Amino acid sequence: MVKFIVVRILQAIPTLFVIATLTFFMTRLAPGGPFDSEKNIPAEIKEKLEAHFGLEKPLHEQYFLYLGNLLQGDLGPSFKYMGWEVSELIAKAFPVSAQLGLFSLLIALVLGLPAGVVAALRKNSAYDYCLMTTAMLGICLPTFVMGPLLILLFSSWLGWLPPLGWYSFADMILPSLTLGLFYGAYIARLTRAGMLETLNQDYIRTARAKGASPIRVVLRHAIKGGLLPVVTFLGPAFAGLISGSFIIESIFFIPGLGRFFVTAAFNRDYTMVLGTVLFYACLIIILNLVVDLIQASLDPKSREP
Amino acid sequence: MLFLLGGCSAPSNVENAIEEKILHFGLGSEPQYLDPHLASSVSAHNVIIALIEGLVSEDPKTLKPIPGVAESWDISEDGLLYTFHLRKNAKWSNGDPVTAHDFVYSYRRILNPNLASQYASMLHGLKNARKYHEGSRVLSVEILNAGRGYSNRSEVSLVGSGTGFLGQLETNTSGSITSVQIIDAGKNYSSYQSIEIFDENGTDGTIRPLIGSLSWEEAKVGAVAIDNHTLQLTLENPTPYFLELLNHYSWFPAHPPTIKKFDAFEKQGTPWTRPGNYVGNGPFILSEHKVNSVIEVKKNPNYWDAETVSLEAIRFYPIESADTEERAFRSGFLHLTQTVSPDRIDFLKQNHPEVIHFEPYLGTYFYRFNLEEPPFDDVRVRLAFNLATDRQAIVEKVTKGGQVPARCFTPPGTGGFSPESRFRFDPQKAKALIQDYLDEKGLKSLPKIELKYNTSEGHKKVAEALQGMWKNHLGVEIQLLNMEWKVFLSTIEKQDFALARAGWIGDYVDANTFLHMWRTGDGHNNTGWSNVRYDELLELAAKESDPEKRFLYFEECEKLLSEHAPILPIYFYVHVTLRSPTVKGWHPTLLDHHPYKYVRLKNVDANLW
Repeated sequence: MVKFIVVRILQAIPTLFVIATLTFFMTRLAPGGPFDSEKNIPAEIKEKLEAHFGLEKPLHEQYFLYLGNLLQGDLGPSFKYMGWEVSELIAKAFPVSAQLGLFSLLIALVLGLPAGVVAALRKNSAYDYCLMTTAMLGICLPTFVMGPLLILLFSSWLGWLPPLGWYSFADMILPSLTLGLFYGAYIARLTRAGMLETLNQDYIRTARAKGASPIRVVLRHAIKGGLLPVVTFLGPAFAGLISGSFIIESIFFIPGLGRFFVTAAFNRDYTMVLGTVLFYACLIIILNLVVDLIQASLDPKSREP
Repeated sequence: MLFLLGGCSAPSNVENAIEEKILHFGLGSEPQYLDPHLASSVSAHNVIIALIEGLVSEDPKTLKPIPGVAESWDISEDGLLYTFHLRKNAKWSNGDPVTAHDFVYSYRRILNPNLASQYASMLHGLKNARKYHEGSRVLSVEILNAGRGYSNRSEVSLVGSGTGFLGQLETNTSGSITSVQIIDAGKNYSSYQSIEIFDENGTDGTIRPLIGSLSWEEAKVGAVAIDNHTLQLTLENPTPYFLELLNHYSWFPAHPPTIKKFDAFEKQGTPWTRPGNYVGNGPFILSEHKVNSVIEVKKNPNYWDAETVSLEAIRFYPIESADTEERAFRSGFLHLTQTVSPDRIDFLKQNHPEVIHFEPYLGTYFYRFNLEEPPFDDVRVRLAFNLATDRQAIVEKVTKGGQVPARCFTPPGTGGFSPESRFRFDPQKAKALIQDYLDEKGLKSLPKIELKYNTSEGHKKVAEALQGMWKNHLGVEIQLLNMEWKVFLSTIEKQDFALARAGWIGDYVDANTFLHMWRTGDGHNNTGWSNVRYDELLELAAKESDPEKRFLYFEECEKLLSEHAPILPIYFYVHVTLRSPTVKGWHPTLLDHHPYKYVRLKNVDANLW
C-alpha cells in the first residue's frame, strides 16, 4: 500500500511538470498581454512596465525563471491584483470554494444516494419514474438557469434567503443547493445503475436465499458494490466542486477560486493562471489517489496490481 | 410585482445604512491598482477619490474646481504660472501635515520613467515634464571619425531605438565634421558604440552619442515648492482646463514616507496600498480589502473637512455581472449599481422610474475605419457608410438607454464647446457615392467587409443593426466577427481590421481629450489617418488662451474629421444606473464623478424593494 502511494506521487511529478510547461507557453501564445488596455501607452513605457515583472526577458529565460521559483514554492505576484501574491490569493479563495464544494457535495449525496437506491429497489415503479425524471431535469438544467430560479423563489418571492454574498451561513444555502442539485441528480442516476447491476449478482441472491432481511441485503451486501460507479465519479467531481465554479461564484458574488481563475485568463494574469492551474492539477492528482484507495477497499478485485 | 415582497428576514444593508451611515457601492470590477500614480480604471478612480484629495476638489454638481488641499490659488496673466496656497490644517491620515513638497515628490514619482505609469502623460502640461518623463536622450555627441565631404550646417538624425534626435553638422573646409550641435535631444535612445553619419555627399563620418537621462533638477520641471504651504506650477502652454485636470488621480499626492518605507518610488506591485499601510489625505481611510469581495473605507478623523463628511464608511463591491448587481440592488444589498443590463432597461424604466437614472456621460461610441486598405482607403466609401447610418434608429430601437445620436465626435457641451452636427443620415447621397466609387473601380458591388467588435451583447446588437442598414442602403455584405477583449485590443493596435468598434471616455472636460487622438501617429489613432492641417490646428489650440479662438480651431478639427471621415461616430454614452432614493447629495455629472464627502443617506417614504 505504501509503495503504491509513493509510486503514484512520483508519477505526479512529471505530470505537473508537463502541465506547468504547457500552461506557461499556452498563456504566452494567446494574443494580448496583462498590460494591454484601451488606453494605449507608448511602446517604451510598456517595455518598462513589463520589465517590472520580468516580462521583457526572452521567453525561454522567463520559463526557466518561473520553474526555478516554482521549485521554491514561489508562484509570483499577480499582475491584475497589484500588491498581492498569487499564493496569498489562492490561500484566501480556496477555503471559500472548498466550503461551497463540500456543502454542495453533502447536499448531492444526501439527495442523490437515497433517491438512487429507492429507484433501483422499486425499479420501473412510479417512484422510479418520478425520481429519475426529476434527476434527468436536474442534469439538463444548467446551473446558470437553476441558480437564478432558486434566487427568484427563495429570495425574491419568499424572502427567506439572501440572493448573493458570502458572509453568513444563510448566504451559503442557495449556491450550495444550486450545485448540490446538479451533482445530486448525477449521483442518483449512477447509484441506480450501480445498484441494479449489483442486485442481479449471485451473491445477493445467496444472501436473500439465506434469509437476510431486505434492509440487510441492501445496506450490508449490495451498497458496497453499487456505489463503485459513484465513487469513480466522485473523485473528479469532488475536485471540480472544491476548486470552484465560475458560474456559481459570479451569480452569487462569492470570492472563490473559480472567479479568480477565469478572470485571470481574461486579464492575461499569467502568474495567476499558472498558479491556479497547478493548484487544480495537484488537487486532482491527490483526489484521484484517494479515490483509488477507496475503490481498493470497496472492491477487492482492483487491489491486484 | 412579486418581488416587491422582497426584503430578507434580516434587515438589509440599505435598511441598516441610515443608522450606520454606510454607503454600499457597486464597483463593477476589482481595481488593478489603488496607487494614484499607477491606477488606470474607473473602478480605481471610484475608490481613490475617497482616499486621497488633490490640490483642488470638485463641486458635486458642476465639477467646477473648488478648494481642496489648496485653500486658494493665483494665476498669472499669461495663464502659465499657478501659485497654490495650501491650507495649514490639511493632514495625512497618520497626522502628518500635507505640504507642497509632498506634491512635488508625487509629480517626480509619476513622471519617473522607471515607474512606467500609464497616465504620466497627464502631467505633460507641466513645463519640461515631458522632457524628464521621456527619459534617455542624447546628451552629447563624440566624433569618432570626422569623414569628409559633408556639407556645413546640414541636419542629421539618428537611427536606433530612440526617436526625434536632430543635430546640425559643423564642418571644416574639407567637409570633415568638427562638431555636432544638438537641436533636439530626442528620446528613448540607448547606448551605441558608433553610428555612421549620412548626408548627401559625405562619407566615413561616425559619431558616438552619449546617452543619459536628465535628473529632476537638470530637467527643471515646472513644479516648485516655495515653502511648506506654497506650490508653484509652471505650464508649457496656457491650459484653460488646467484646474479641472488636477482632479485626475494622476495629479494626486502620495505620502512620501510611506512610499519610501515600501520602496515604491519606482517599483510597482508593492504592498503599500493594503489596508494598514495605506496613508492618504482624503475624507476616508482604507480599512478593509478582500480581493474580489469588498473594499471598505472608513471616515478619516484627520481630514481637514471631516465635519462635512456625513458617511461613516463606504463599502465597494466589485460585482461584475450586471444581473447579479441588479439582484443585489433589489434585495437592498447595494445603494447603487455600476450598470444596468440593457435587456432590463425597458422593464425598469416602466416599473421603477424612481430608481433608474440616465445620466449624460462624457464619451463617444464609434467605429474606426482602416484607411490603409481598400475599400476604406477611399473617402467616398467612408462617407457613404457614414451617410447610410441612421443614428437615431440605433439609439431609439437598439440601445434604448437614452443615448444621444453622435453627429460629431466631441460630445456637445464638452467644456462649453458644441461642434456643429455634420455626420448626417442621407441614404440617397450614400448610394450615389458608392455608385461613383464602383463605377470608377469597375466593380459590380463592394467586396464583403469584416466588422470586428469585442464580445458583448450590446456591441453585437449595434453591429447587427448597422449590418442591416448598410446592406439595405449600400448593398454591402458585412460579416460580424466578435473577439475576446485582449485579442481585440491587440488587433486594433496592429490595425488588423477593416472596420472596428471603439469607444472613448473623456479624461477631463475639454474637447482636447477627444480631438487629440486623431493627430498623426497618436497612440490611439489606429486608423492610418493623418492630416497636416489637423495637427497644426491642435497645436494652435494648445497655445491659445482665448476660449473663443480655441473653439474655432476645434470646430475646424471637427469639420476635417467629418470631411475625411476616418471614423464613424454612432452615439454619445449615457450612464445608466440604479440608485436608491435614500442616497442624497449625489448629482449627475459628466465624468460620473461624485465627491463622497457631500453624500448623505436619508430615510424616504417611498415603497422600496
